[in-house]
Amino acid sequence: MSGAIVEAAGLRHLYGERAALDGLTFAAAEGDVYGILGPNGCGKSTLFRILCTLERPQQGTASVAGLDVAKSGMKLRRQIGVVFQNGSLDKRLTVRENLVAQGQLQGMSGRALIARVDELLGEFGLEERSRDETRTLSGGLRRKVEIAKAIIHKPRVLLLDEASTGLDPSARREMWASLKHLRATSPVTILFTTHLMDEAENAGRLLLISRGRAVAEDSPQRLKAMVGGDVVQFESSSPSFAGELRERFQVEPVESGGHISVETAAGHRFIANAFDAFPGQITSASLHRPTLEDVFFKVTGEHLGDRPGEAAGEAEGA
Amino acid sequence: MLRIYTLAVRAVFVRDMLHFWRERSRVIGFVASPLLFWVLLGAGFGDMGRFFNGSLLLSVMFTAVFSTMSVIDDRREGFLLSVLSSPSPRCALVSGKVLAGAVMSGIQGLLFLPLLAMTGRPMGVTDILASAGALVLCGASFTSLGFWMAWKSRTPQGFHAMMNLVLMPLWLVSGALFDTSTAQPWIRLVMQANPMTYFLATLQRTIPADPAWAGPGLASGLIWTAICGILFLTAAVMNVERRPLGKDSL
Repeated sequence: MSGAIVEAAGLRHLYGERAALDGLTFAAAEGDVYGILGPNGCGKSTLFRILCTLERPQQGTASVAGLDVAKSGMKLRRQIGVVFQNGSLDKRLTVRENLVAQGQLQGMSGRALIARVDELLGEFGLEERSRDETRTLSGGLRRKVEIAKAIIHKPRVLLLDEASTGLDPSARREMWASLKHLRATSPVTILFTTHLMDEAENAGRLLLISRGRAVAEDSPQRLKAMVGGDVVQFESSSPSFAGELRERFQVEPVESGGHISVETAAGHRFIANAFDAFPGQITSASLHRPTLEDVFFKVTGEHLGDRPGEAAGEAEGA
Repeated sequence: MLRIYTLAVRAVFVRDMLHFWRERSRVIGFVASPLLFWVLLGAGFGDMGRFFNGSLLLSVMFTAVFSTMSVIDDRREGFLLSVLSSPSPRCALVSGKVLAGAVMSGIQGLLFLPLLAMTGRPMGVTDILASAGALVLCGASFTSLGFWMAWKSRTPQGFHAMMNLVLMPLWLVSGALFDTSTAQPWIRLVMQANPMTYFLATLQRTIPADPAWAGPGLASGLIWTAICGILFLTAAVMNVERRPLGKDSL
Protein backbone atom coordinates (compact mmCIF):
# COMPACT_ATOMS: atom_id res chain seq x y z
CA MET A 1 0.00 0.00 0.00
CA SER A 2 1.51 3.34 -1.01
CA GLY A 3 1.71 5.87 1.82
CA ALA A 4 1.80 3.08 4.41
CA ILE A 5 4.16 3.76 7.29
CA VAL A 6 3.55 0.51 9.16
CA GLU A 7 3.03 -2.65 7.14
CA ALA A 8 2.80 -6.36 7.86
CA ALA A 9 2.44 -9.12 5.31
CA GLY A 10 1.72 -12.74 6.14
CA LEU A 11 3.11 -12.49 9.67
CA ARG A 12 3.11 -15.85 11.37
CA HIS A 13 4.54 -16.47 14.81
CA LEU A 14 4.31 -19.62 16.90
CA TYR A 15 4.67 -20.21 20.62
CA GLY A 16 5.16 -23.96 20.69
CA GLU A 17 2.24 -25.41 18.76
CA ARG A 18 0.03 -22.36 19.10
CA ALA A 19 0.05 -19.66 16.44
CA ALA A 20 -0.02 -16.23 18.09
CA LEU A 21 0.02 -14.66 14.62
CA ASP A 22 -1.39 -16.61 11.73
CA GLY A 23 -0.77 -14.80 8.48
CA LEU A 24 -1.55 -11.29 9.69
CA THR A 25 -1.53 -8.62 6.96
CA PHE A 26 -2.34 -4.93 7.33
CA ALA A 27 -1.08 -1.47 6.43
CA ALA A 28 -1.38 1.78 8.39
CA ALA A 29 -1.09 5.04 6.46
CA GLU A 30 1.16 7.87 7.55
CA GLY A 31 -0.61 10.28 9.90
CA ASP A 32 -3.30 7.76 10.90
CA VAL A 33 -4.48 6.99 14.38
CA TYR A 34 -4.55 3.27 13.70
CA GLY A 35 -6.14 0.95 16.24
CA ILE A 36 -5.79 -2.81 16.56
CA LEU A 37 -8.67 -4.34 18.48
CA GLY A 38 -8.91 -7.93 19.62
CA PRO A 39 -9.41 -10.04 22.73
CA ASN A 40 -6.52 -10.92 25.02
CA GLY A 41 -4.44 -13.68 23.51
CA CYS A 42 -5.27 -12.76 19.91
CA GLY A 43 -1.68 -11.88 19.00
CA LYS A 44 -1.64 -8.12 19.62
CA SER A 45 1.30 -8.16 22.02
CA THR A 46 3.34 -10.42 19.77
CA LEU A 47 2.69 -8.08 16.84
CA PHE A 48 3.68 -5.13 19.01
CA ARG A 49 6.94 -6.78 20.09
CA ILE A 50 7.76 -7.52 16.46
CA LEU A 51 7.03 -3.93 15.37
CA CYS A 52 9.30 -2.48 18.04
CA THR A 53 12.00 -5.06 17.18
CA LEU A 54 12.01 -6.84 20.53
CA GLU A 55 11.22 -10.06 18.71
CA ARG A 56 11.96 -11.32 15.21
CA PRO A 57 9.12 -12.47 12.99
CA GLN A 58 9.31 -16.20 12.27
CA GLN A 59 7.47 -15.94 8.95
CA GLY A 60 6.26 -13.04 6.84
CA THR A 61 7.50 -9.48 6.84
CA ALA A 62 6.83 -6.26 8.68
CA SER A 63 8.18 -2.78 8.21
CA VAL A 64 7.98 0.57 9.95
CA ALA A 65 8.85 3.78 8.07
CA GLY A 66 10.05 1.64 5.17
CA LEU A 67 12.52 -0.28 7.35
CA ASP A 68 12.30 -4.05 7.71
CA VAL A 69 11.88 -5.06 11.36
CA ALA A 70 14.09 -8.11 10.88
CA LYS A 71 17.00 -6.24 9.29
CA SER A 72 17.03 -2.63 10.46
CA GLY A 73 16.67 -2.80 14.23
CA MET A 74 18.75 0.19 15.22
CA LYS A 75 17.68 2.51 12.37
CA LEU A 76 14.07 1.55 12.83
CA ARG A 77 14.14 2.25 16.57
CA ARG A 78 15.08 5.87 15.79
CA GLN A 79 11.73 6.20 13.98
CA ILE A 80 9.52 4.86 16.75
CA GLY A 81 8.42 5.84 20.21
CA VAL A 82 7.04 3.07 22.37
CA VAL A 83 4.58 2.96 25.28
CA PHE A 84 4.51 -0.48 26.84
CA GLN A 85 1.54 -2.12 28.51
CA ASN A 86 3.35 -2.51 31.82
CA GLY A 87 5.22 0.74 31.60
CA SER A 88 8.89 1.42 31.17
CA LEU A 89 9.45 4.18 33.70
CA ASP A 90 12.09 3.83 36.35
CA LYS A 91 10.07 4.25 39.51
CA ARG A 92 13.04 5.40 41.60
CA LEU A 93 13.95 8.18 39.17
CA THR A 94 12.15 11.50 39.04
CA VAL A 95 10.00 12.55 36.10
CA ARG A 96 12.81 14.77 34.79
CA GLU A 97 15.46 12.08 35.28
CA ASN A 98 13.34 9.59 33.34
CA LEU A 99 12.96 12.02 30.45
CA VAL A 100 16.67 12.90 30.42
CA ALA A 101 17.68 9.22 30.47
CA GLN A 102 15.33 8.48 27.57
CA GLY A 103 16.71 11.42 25.61
CA GLN A 104 20.24 10.10 26.11
CA LEU A 105 19.17 6.64 24.97
CA GLN A 106 17.92 8.35 21.81
CA GLY A 107 21.27 10.07 21.31
CA MET A 108 20.25 13.50 22.62
CA SER A 109 22.42 15.56 24.94
CA GLY A 110 23.30 19.02 26.19
CA ARG A 111 21.09 22.07 25.82
CA ALA A 112 18.94 20.51 23.10
CA LEU A 113 17.97 17.71 25.48
CA ILE A 114 17.27 20.01 28.42
CA ALA A 115 15.18 22.30 26.19
CA ARG A 116 13.18 19.34 24.87
CA VAL A 117 12.60 17.98 28.38
CA ASP A 118 11.37 21.41 29.54
CA GLU A 119 9.12 21.66 26.49
CA LEU A 120 7.55 18.27 27.19
CA LEU A 121 7.12 18.97 30.91
CA GLY A 122 5.22 22.13 29.95
CA GLU A 123 3.19 20.50 27.19
CA PHE A 124 2.04 17.64 29.43
CA GLY A 125 1.51 19.81 32.53
CA LEU A 126 4.19 17.97 34.49
CA GLU A 127 6.38 20.86 35.67
CA GLU A 128 5.17 20.75 39.26
CA ARG A 129 5.89 17.05 39.59
CA SER A 130 9.15 17.03 37.63
CA ARG A 131 11.27 16.46 40.76
CA ASP A 132 9.07 13.68 42.15
CA GLU A 133 10.01 10.04 41.80
CA THR A 134 7.59 8.44 39.36
CA ARG A 135 6.56 5.81 41.94
CA THR A 136 4.71 8.63 43.74
CA LEU A 137 2.59 9.57 40.69
CA SER A 138 -0.95 8.43 39.96
CA GLY A 139 -1.49 5.91 37.16
CA GLY A 140 -2.80 8.65 34.85
CA LEU A 141 0.19 10.93 35.43
CA ARG A 142 2.58 8.04 34.94
CA ARG A 143 1.01 7.38 31.55
CA LYS A 144 1.52 11.01 30.62
CA VAL A 145 5.19 10.70 31.51
CA GLU A 146 5.37 7.49 29.45
CA ILE A 147 3.96 9.28 26.41
CA ALA A 148 6.23 12.30 26.90
CA LYS A 149 9.18 9.92 27.19
CA ALA A 150 8.17 8.04 24.04
CA ILE A 151 8.05 11.17 21.89
CA ILE A 152 11.13 12.93 23.25
CA HIS A 153 13.01 12.35 19.99
CA LYS A 154 9.99 13.27 17.81
CA PRO A 155 9.42 9.83 16.31
CA ARG A 156 7.48 9.28 13.10
CA VAL A 157 5.45 6.47 14.66
CA LEU A 158 4.18 6.19 18.22
CA LEU A 159 3.36 2.60 19.22
CA LEU A 160 1.14 1.98 22.25
CA ASP A 161 0.46 -1.49 23.60
CA GLU A 162 -2.72 -1.64 25.69
CA ALA A 163 -1.57 1.69 27.09
CA SER A 164 -4.72 2.36 29.10
CA THR A 165 -4.54 -0.93 31.01
CA GLY A 166 -5.06 -0.29 34.71
CA LEU A 167 -6.26 3.29 34.23
CA ASP A 168 -9.59 4.48 35.54
CA PRO A 169 -11.99 6.01 32.97
CA SER A 170 -11.02 9.61 33.73
CA ALA A 171 -7.29 8.83 33.47
CA ARG A 172 -7.99 7.03 30.20
CA ARG A 173 -9.83 10.08 28.86
CA GLU A 174 -6.94 12.28 29.93
CA MET A 175 -4.47 9.99 28.20
CA TRP A 176 -6.45 10.18 24.99
CA ALA A 177 -6.76 13.96 25.26
CA SER A 178 -2.93 14.07 25.39
CA LEU A 179 -2.68 11.76 22.38
CA LYS A 180 -5.21 13.76 20.37
CA HIS A 181 -3.36 16.97 21.20
CA LEU A 182 -0.15 15.32 20.08
CA ARG A 183 -1.72 14.17 16.83
CA ALA A 184 -3.13 17.65 16.19
CA THR A 185 0.20 19.36 16.76
CA SER A 186 2.60 16.92 15.08
CA PRO A 187 2.66 14.65 12.04
CA VAL A 188 3.22 11.51 14.14
CA THR A 189 1.38 8.31 13.23
CA ILE A 190 -0.20 6.62 16.25
CA LEU A 191 -0.65 2.86 16.26
CA PHE A 192 -2.28 1.37 19.33
CA THR A 193 -3.51 -2.03 20.42
CA THR A 194 -6.43 -2.53 22.76
CA HIS A 195 -9.06 -5.01 23.83
CA LEU A 196 -11.42 -2.23 24.96
CA MET A 197 -14.06 -1.23 22.43
CA ASP A 198 -14.55 2.26 23.84
CA GLU A 199 -10.85 2.92 23.49
CA ALA A 200 -10.91 1.54 19.94
CA GLU A 201 -13.44 4.27 19.05
CA ASN A 202 -10.50 6.72 19.13
CA ALA A 203 -9.02 5.15 16.01
CA GLY A 204 -9.30 6.80 12.62
CA ARG A 205 -8.91 3.35 11.15
CA LEU A 206 -9.40 0.13 13.04
CA LEU A 207 -8.18 -3.41 12.45
CA LEU A 208 -10.02 -6.23 14.17
CA ILE A 209 -7.92 -9.32 14.80
CA SER A 210 -8.85 -12.72 16.08
CA ARG A 211 -6.62 -15.75 16.56
CA GLY A 212 -3.71 -13.96 14.93
CA ARG A 213 -5.61 -13.02 11.76
CA ALA A 214 -7.12 -9.78 10.47
CA VAL A 215 -10.89 -10.17 10.31
CA ALA A 216 -12.05 -6.66 9.40
CA GLU A 217 -10.61 -3.21 8.82
CA ASP A 218 -12.25 0.18 8.38
CA SER A 219 -13.18 3.26 10.36
CA PRO A 220 -15.11 2.47 13.57
CA GLN A 221 -18.23 4.13 12.12
CA ARG A 222 -18.16 2.05 8.94
CA LEU A 223 -17.46 -1.11 10.86
CA LYS A 224 -20.49 -0.48 13.02
CA ALA A 225 -22.57 0.15 9.89
CA MET A 226 -21.88 -3.51 9.02
CA VAL A 227 -24.38 -4.38 11.74
CA GLY A 228 -27.76 -3.34 10.38
CA GLY A 229 -29.88 -0.94 12.42
CA ASP A 230 -30.26 -1.83 16.10
CA VAL A 231 -29.17 -4.75 18.23
CA VAL A 232 -31.89 -6.24 20.40
CA GLN A 233 -31.01 -8.64 23.20
CA PHE A 234 -33.46 -10.95 24.92
CA GLU A 235 -33.33 -13.19 27.94
CA SER A 236 -35.93 -15.91 27.95
CA SER A 237 -37.09 -18.72 30.21
CA SER A 238 -37.94 -20.83 27.15
CA PRO A 239 -35.10 -22.97 25.73
CA SER A 240 -36.74 -22.92 22.29
CA PHE A 241 -37.17 -19.15 22.22
CA ALA A 242 -34.47 -18.48 19.60
CA GLY A 243 -36.03 -21.00 17.18
CA GLU A 244 -39.51 -19.61 17.72
CA LEU A 245 -38.23 -16.07 17.13
CA ARG A 246 -36.56 -17.16 13.87
CA GLU A 247 -39.72 -18.88 12.65
CA ARG A 248 -42.10 -16.10 13.58
CA PHE A 249 -40.11 -13.06 12.38
CA GLN A 250 -37.72 -14.54 9.76
CA VAL A 251 -34.66 -13.17 11.60
CA GLU A 252 -31.31 -14.78 12.49
CA PRO A 253 -31.06 -14.79 16.28
CA VAL A 254 -27.64 -15.53 17.79
CA GLU A 255 -27.38 -17.22 21.16
CA SER A 256 -24.44 -16.37 23.38
CA GLY A 257 -23.82 -16.15 27.10
CA GLY A 258 -27.50 -16.70 27.95
CA HIS A 259 -28.59 -13.90 25.62
CA ILE A 260 -30.36 -14.06 22.29
CA SER A 261 -29.35 -11.19 20.00
CA VAL A 262 -31.10 -9.99 16.88
CA GLU A 263 -30.05 -7.32 14.39
CA THR A 264 -33.01 -5.41 13.13
CA ALA A 265 -33.84 -2.10 11.49
CA ALA A 266 -36.37 -0.84 14.06
CA GLY A 267 -35.52 -2.37 17.39
CA HIS A 268 -38.17 -0.68 19.51
CA ARG A 269 -40.96 -2.03 17.26
CA PHE A 270 -39.39 -5.49 17.18
CA ILE A 271 -39.31 -5.67 20.99
CA ALA A 272 -42.99 -4.72 21.21
CA ASN A 273 -43.92 -7.32 18.59
CA ALA A 274 -41.89 -10.00 20.38
CA PHE A 275 -43.60 -9.32 23.71
CA ASP A 276 -46.99 -9.56 21.95
CA ALA A 277 -46.04 -12.78 20.18
CA PHE A 278 -44.50 -14.60 23.16
CA PRO A 279 -46.33 -13.48 26.30
CA GLY A 280 -44.60 -14.61 29.49
CA GLN A 281 -41.57 -16.08 27.73
CA ILE A 282 -39.33 -12.99 27.73
CA THR A 283 -37.67 -12.14 31.04
CA SER A 284 -35.75 -9.11 29.79
CA ALA A 285 -35.18 -7.17 26.60
CA SER A 286 -32.70 -4.43 25.73
CA LEU A 287 -31.83 -2.37 22.69
CA HIS A 288 -28.61 -0.62 21.73
CA ARG A 289 -26.95 0.92 18.73
CA PRO A 290 -24.32 -1.43 17.25
CA THR A 291 -21.01 -1.38 19.08
CA LEU A 292 -17.61 -2.66 18.01
CA GLU A 293 -18.30 -5.64 20.26
CA ASP A 294 -21.32 -6.44 18.03
CA VAL A 295 -19.15 -6.05 14.94
CA PHE A 296 -16.50 -8.32 16.39
CA PHE A 297 -19.14 -10.89 17.28
CA LYS A 298 -20.69 -10.66 13.82
CA VAL A 299 -17.42 -11.31 11.99
CA THR A 300 -15.86 -13.85 14.37
CA GLY A 301 -18.73 -15.37 16.35
CA GLU A 302 -16.65 -14.56 19.46
CA HIS A 303 -16.77 -11.92 22.15
CA LEU A 304 -14.01 -9.47 22.94
CA GLY A 305 -13.67 -10.96 26.43
CA ASP A 306 -10.67 -13.05 27.44
CA ARG A 307 -10.12 -16.47 26.01
CA PRO A 308 -8.72 -18.30 29.04
CA GLY A 309 -5.67 -20.36 28.32
CA GLU A 310 -4.72 -18.53 25.15
CA ALA A 311 -4.24 -15.28 27.00
CA ALA A 312 -1.98 -17.09 29.42
CA GLY A 313 -0.15 -18.68 26.53
CA GLU A 314 0.63 -15.37 24.97
CA ALA A 315 1.61 -13.80 28.25
CA GLU A 316 4.15 -16.57 28.64
CA GLY A 317 5.47 -16.04 25.21
CA ALA A 318 5.46 -12.30 25.25
CA MET B 1 27.41 5.22 16.82
CA LEU B 2 30.10 5.89 19.43
CA ARG B 3 28.21 8.97 20.59
CA ILE B 4 24.93 7.17 21.17
CA TYR B 5 26.81 4.28 22.84
CA THR B 6 28.51 6.69 25.24
CA LEU B 7 25.27 8.51 26.02
CA ALA B 8 23.45 5.24 26.66
CA VAL B 9 26.24 3.96 28.94
CA ARG B 10 25.99 7.24 30.82
CA ALA B 11 22.20 6.96 31.14
CA VAL B 12 22.40 3.40 32.51
CA PHE B 13 25.34 4.24 34.80
CA VAL B 14 23.71 7.36 36.28
CA ARG B 15 20.47 5.49 36.75
CA ASP B 16 22.17 2.68 38.66
CA MET B 17 24.15 5.09 40.82
CA LEU B 18 20.96 7.00 41.67
CA HIS B 19 19.36 3.71 42.67
CA PHE B 20 22.42 2.88 44.79
CA TRP B 21 22.11 6.25 46.53
CA ARG B 22 18.34 6.08 46.98
CA GLU B 23 18.20 2.47 48.21
CA ARG B 24 20.75 2.79 50.96
CA SER B 25 19.04 0.26 53.21
CA ARG B 26 19.77 -2.45 50.62
CA VAL B 27 23.39 -1.39 50.41
CA ILE B 28 23.76 -1.25 54.17
CA GLY B 29 22.48 -4.83 54.27
CA PHE B 30 25.05 -5.96 51.74
CA VAL B 31 27.89 -4.24 53.59
CA ALA B 32 26.77 -5.16 57.07
CA SER B 33 26.62 -8.93 56.60
CA PRO B 34 30.27 -9.38 55.47
CA LEU B 35 31.30 -6.91 58.16
CA LEU B 36 29.60 -9.10 60.71
CA PHE B 37 31.25 -12.11 59.11
CA TRP B 38 34.66 -10.47 59.41
CA VAL B 39 34.18 -9.41 63.03
CA LEU B 40 32.90 -12.83 64.10
CA LEU B 41 35.50 -14.89 62.18
CA GLY B 42 38.38 -12.57 63.04
CA ALA B 43 37.46 -12.43 66.72
CA GLY B 44 36.73 -16.16 66.83
CA PHE B 45 40.09 -17.15 65.34
CA GLY B 46 41.85 -14.32 67.13
CA ASP B 47 43.28 -12.91 63.89
CA MET B 48 41.38 -9.95 62.45
CA GLY B 49 43.79 -9.43 59.54
CA ARG B 50 43.49 -13.03 58.31
CA PHE B 51 39.82 -12.69 57.28
CA PHE B 52 39.78 -9.04 56.20
CA ASN B 53 40.26 -9.48 52.47
CA GLY B 54 38.05 -12.55 52.28
CA SER B 55 35.22 -10.61 53.89
CA LEU B 56 35.89 -7.65 51.60
CA LEU B 57 35.72 -9.95 48.58
CA LEU B 58 32.39 -11.30 49.82
CA SER B 59 31.06 -7.77 50.20
CA VAL B 60 32.16 -6.77 46.71
CA MET B 61 30.72 -9.99 45.30
CA PHE B 62 27.30 -9.48 46.89
CA THR B 63 27.05 -5.84 45.85
CA ALA B 64 28.26 -6.35 42.30
CA VAL B 65 26.35 -9.53 41.55
CA PHE B 66 23.10 -8.50 43.14
CA SER B 67 23.17 -5.07 41.49
CA THR B 68 22.40 -6.99 38.30
CA MET B 69 19.42 -8.87 39.71
CA SER B 70 17.03 -6.07 38.74
CA VAL B 71 17.76 -6.93 35.09
CA ILE B 72 15.42 -9.93 35.34
CA ASP B 73 12.25 -7.96 36.04
CA ASP B 74 13.36 -4.71 34.42
CA ARG B 75 13.52 -6.14 30.92
CA ARG B 76 9.85 -7.22 31.08
CA GLU B 77 8.53 -4.04 32.63
CA GLY B 78 10.64 -1.12 33.51
CA PHE B 79 13.60 0.92 32.45
CA LEU B 80 15.38 -1.79 30.47
CA LEU B 81 12.47 -1.95 28.02
CA SER B 82 13.30 1.66 27.15
CA VAL B 83 16.89 0.70 26.48
CA LEU B 84 15.96 -2.33 24.38
CA SER B 85 13.51 -0.36 22.25
CA SER B 86 15.88 2.58 21.74
CA PRO B 87 18.49 2.91 18.98
CA SER B 88 21.31 2.47 21.52
CA PRO B 89 23.37 -0.68 21.02
CA ARG B 90 22.46 -3.31 23.58
CA CYS B 91 26.07 -3.69 24.65
CA ALA B 92 25.75 -0.17 26.10
CA LEU B 93 23.35 -1.65 28.62
CA VAL B 94 25.95 -4.20 29.74
CA SER B 95 28.70 -1.57 29.79
CA GLY B 96 26.64 0.86 31.88
CA LYS B 97 25.67 -1.82 34.39
CA VAL B 98 29.22 -3.18 34.67
CA LEU B 99 30.67 0.29 35.09
CA ALA B 100 28.15 1.07 37.83
CA GLY B 101 28.80 -2.28 39.54
CA ALA B 102 32.55 -1.66 39.44
CA VAL B 103 32.25 1.86 40.86
CA MET B 104 29.86 0.70 43.59
CA SER B 105 32.27 -2.06 44.55
CA GLY B 106 35.11 0.43 44.66
CA ILE B 107 33.14 2.81 46.88
CA GLN B 108 32.06 0.05 49.22
CA GLY B 109 35.55 -1.36 49.44
CA LEU B 110 37.02 2.05 50.18
CA LEU B 111 34.47 2.51 52.97
CA PHE B 112 35.57 -0.85 54.38
CA LEU B 113 39.32 -0.14 54.17
CA PRO B 114 39.60 2.23 57.18
CA LEU B 115 38.65 -0.75 59.35
CA LEU B 116 42.01 -2.23 58.45
CA ALA B 117 43.54 0.14 61.00
CA MET B 118 41.93 -2.10 63.65
CA THR B 119 44.36 -4.85 62.61
CA GLY B 120 47.33 -2.59 63.20
CA ARG B 121 48.21 -2.41 59.50
CA PRO B 122 47.24 1.07 58.24
CA MET B 123 47.61 1.88 54.55
CA GLY B 124 49.38 4.67 52.69
CA VAL B 125 47.93 6.68 49.80
CA THR B 126 49.57 4.44 47.19
CA ASP B 127 48.18 1.32 48.88
CA ILE B 128 44.70 2.86 48.89
CA LEU B 129 44.88 3.74 45.19
CA ALA B 130 46.12 0.25 44.30
CA SER B 131 43.37 -1.27 46.44
CA ALA B 132 40.73 0.87 44.76
CA GLY B 133 41.95 -0.34 41.36
CA ALA B 134 41.87 -3.97 42.52
CA LEU B 135 38.36 -3.54 43.97
CA VAL B 136 37.07 -1.96 40.77
CA LEU B 137 38.57 -4.81 38.70
CA CYS B 138 36.98 -7.46 40.95
CA GLY B 139 33.69 -5.53 40.96
CA ALA B 140 33.65 -5.30 37.16
CA SER B 141 34.31 -9.04 36.82
CA PHE B 142 31.61 -9.96 39.33
CA THR B 143 29.08 -7.58 37.73
CA SER B 144 29.78 -9.06 34.29
CA LEU B 145 29.23 -12.54 35.70
CA GLY B 146 26.07 -11.38 37.49
CA PHE B 147 24.69 -9.74 34.33
CA TRP B 148 25.36 -12.83 32.25
CA MET B 149 23.60 -15.10 34.74
CA ALA B 150 20.75 -12.64 35.38
CA TRP B 151 19.99 -12.38 31.65
CA LYS B 152 19.71 -16.16 31.53
CA SER B 153 17.45 -16.33 34.62
CA ARG B 154 13.69 -16.19 34.38
CA THR B 155 13.03 -15.27 38.03
CA PRO B 156 14.98 -13.41 40.74
CA GLN B 157 14.55 -16.46 42.97
CA GLY B 158 16.21 -18.71 40.38
CA PHE B 159 19.04 -16.22 40.00
CA HIS B 160 19.51 -16.04 43.76
CA ALA B 161 19.60 -19.82 44.08
CA MET B 162 22.02 -20.22 41.17
CA MET B 163 24.37 -17.54 42.47
CA ASN B 164 24.40 -19.00 45.97
CA LEU B 165 25.03 -22.46 44.57
CA VAL B 166 27.94 -21.27 42.44
CA LEU B 167 29.46 -18.27 44.19
CA MET B 168 29.41 -19.28 47.85
CA PRO B 169 31.29 -22.58 47.33
CA LEU B 170 33.80 -20.77 45.10
CA TRP B 171 34.33 -18.19 47.81
CA LEU B 172 34.77 -20.90 50.46
CA VAL B 173 37.60 -22.51 48.46
CA SER B 174 39.24 -19.25 47.38
CA GLY B 175 41.57 -19.10 50.37
CA ALA B 176 39.28 -16.68 52.20
CA LEU B 177 38.72 -19.16 55.03
CA PHE B 178 41.70 -21.55 54.92
CA ASP B 179 44.90 -21.64 52.93
CA THR B 180 46.43 -24.36 50.81
CA SER B 181 48.89 -25.49 53.49
CA THR B 182 46.17 -27.11 55.60
CA ALA B 183 43.98 -28.29 52.71
CA GLN B 184 43.80 -31.84 51.36
CA PRO B 185 45.47 -32.32 47.95
CA TRP B 186 42.22 -32.44 45.97
CA ILE B 187 40.99 -29.22 47.58
CA ARG B 188 44.34 -27.66 46.72
CA LEU B 189 43.71 -28.49 43.06
CA VAL B 190 40.22 -27.03 43.27
CA MET B 191 41.64 -23.88 44.84
CA GLN B 192 44.18 -23.51 42.07
CA ALA B 193 41.50 -23.88 39.40
CA ASN B 194 39.07 -21.55 41.18
CA PRO B 195 38.89 -18.09 39.51
CA MET B 196 37.92 -16.53 42.82
CA THR B 197 41.30 -17.56 44.29
CA TYR B 198 42.83 -15.07 41.87
CA PHE B 199 40.26 -12.38 42.66
CA LEU B 200 41.23 -12.78 46.31
CA ALA B 201 44.95 -12.82 45.42
CA THR B 202 44.49 -9.44 43.70
CA LEU B 203 43.08 -8.02 46.92
CA GLN B 204 45.59 -9.81 49.16
CA ARG B 205 48.52 -8.44 47.21
CA THR B 206 47.23 -4.85 47.22
CA ILE B 207 45.63 -4.65 50.69
CA PRO B 208 48.20 -5.56 53.35
CA ALA B 209 45.80 -7.22 55.80
CA ASP B 210 47.29 -10.71 55.84
CA PRO B 211 51.08 -10.79 55.41
CA ALA B 212 50.99 -14.60 55.73
CA TRP B 213 49.01 -15.02 52.44
CA ALA B 214 50.73 -17.80 50.51
CA GLY B 215 48.41 -17.89 47.50
CA PRO B 216 49.03 -16.59 43.95
CA GLY B 217 51.03 -13.41 43.42
CA LEU B 218 49.87 -10.01 42.17
CA ALA B 219 50.63 -10.64 38.49
CA SER B 220 48.70 -13.91 38.23
CA GLY B 221 45.92 -12.41 40.38
CA LEU B 222 45.54 -9.40 38.10
CA ILE B 223 45.86 -11.40 34.87
CA TRP B 224 43.32 -14.06 35.82
CA THR B 225 40.85 -11.58 37.30
CA ALA B 226 41.06 -9.54 34.08
CA ILE B 227 40.74 -12.63 31.86
CA CYS B 228 37.69 -13.85 33.81
CA GLY B 229 36.18 -10.37 33.63
CA ILE B 230 36.67 -10.22 29.85
CA LEU B 231 35.17 -13.69 29.40
CA PHE B 232 32.14 -12.89 31.58
CA LEU B 233 31.68 -9.53 29.83
CA THR B 234 31.86 -11.15 26.39
CA ALA B 235 29.32 -13.79 27.42
CA ALA B 236 27.01 -11.07 28.79
CA VAL B 237 27.27 -8.96 25.61
CA MET B 238 26.70 -11.96 23.32
CA ASN B 239 23.66 -12.96 25.34
CA VAL B 240 22.10 -9.54 25.35
CA GLU B 241 22.70 -8.91 21.64
CA ARG B 242 20.65 -11.95 20.70
CA ARG B 243 17.12 -10.96 19.70
CA PRO B 244 14.68 -13.69 20.65
CA LEU B 245 12.81 -15.78 18.16
CA GLY B 246 9.56 -17.28 19.35
CA LYS B 247 9.02 -18.64 22.82
CA ASP B 248 12.54 -17.93 24.00
CA SER B 249 11.54 -14.35 24.69
CA LEU B 250 13.04 -11.72 26.97
